[in-house]
Amino acid sequence: MRWFWVDRFTEFVSGQSASSEKSVSLSEEVVDDYAPGRTHFPSSLIVEGLAQTGGLLLGQMSDFKDRVVLAKISKSKFYFEAYPGDTLTYQITLGPQEGIGAVATGTSHVGGRLQAEIELMFAKLDDERFNNVELFEPAEFCRMIRLLRIFEVGVNPDGSPIQVPEHMSEAEKAFLRIGV
Amino acid sequence: MSVDPEIFAKVKEALIDALGVDDDEVTEEATMVGDLGAESIDFLDIVFKLEKSFDITIPREELFPDDILTNADYIADGKLTADGLAQLKERMQFVDLTKFEADPQVQNFGNLLTVRDLCSYVATKKA
Repeated sequence: MRWFWVDRFTEFVSGQSASSEKSVSLSEEVVDDYAPGRTHFPSSLIVEGLAQTGGLLLGQMSDFKDRVVLAKISKSKFYFEAYPGDTLTYQITLGPQEGIGAVATGTSHVGGRLQAEIELMFAKLDDERFNNVELFEPAEFCRMIRLLRIFEVGVNPDGSPIQVPEHMSEAEKAFLRIGV
Repeated sequence: MSVDPEIFAKVKEALIDALGVDDDEVTEEATMVGDLGAESIDFLDIVFKLEKSFDITIPREELFPDDILTNADYIADGKLTADGLAQLKERMQFVDLTKFEADPQVQNFGNLLTVRDLCSYVATKKA
């Protein structure tokens, strides 16, 4: 299933913060199916978009090896609904983190207006109980991250560009060799 | 042992915030898991909130001694051994372990911690 609720990343500072954009379109079924008669982009998917932004920010710190999942929506506040034609700008800042999880705070803006505020908790699934469990196939995951332009805009805190992790680029090469 | 009202007020605020519980549910006697419904990820949230609120650092194992409770050397038939109990008592001096000692089933440990224990712990960190 296609589950991209962010169109692209526009800023990405490893371990610190990220910005992304989501353009709402009437071509998305959910916009008019979610609440027939009241066409809008569901707030739950805005939470998902912010969580995807924060989850990938956190995941990149371990070269996307940690199994990062959204564990808790600690707070969320929505000020108005988003409509087709709107572009939501998401901003996420990583807060305190520890071995098993992290807190992130975020906002959603439409054209400079604060649309939503959020606080999320991410957990990292441990090796003991989730040994050999892979949330994403590495080559597919790498493709997804490329589509979202994380490697294009991503930098380390010192300004140097982030790199495609070796295990992902190896998986990509292996995937491309299939059938050759 | 009495609880410092200032510490209790801040701990209460953190618990209301992290667990979405009502003001009157957070009593000194309330257990974190049984009464307040805290799950493992909530504890992390609570730790972060307490660290911020009191400007202290909380090593996770001090409040959640998983390393002891999952150590095969300290467990026999699902119960903590005398050595394990000794380790636990050394580590968690702020918790009254009397009841747990009587029947030290590892699975019961999760429901031991009360709001008062949490306050006592914070008091030791602030001292």
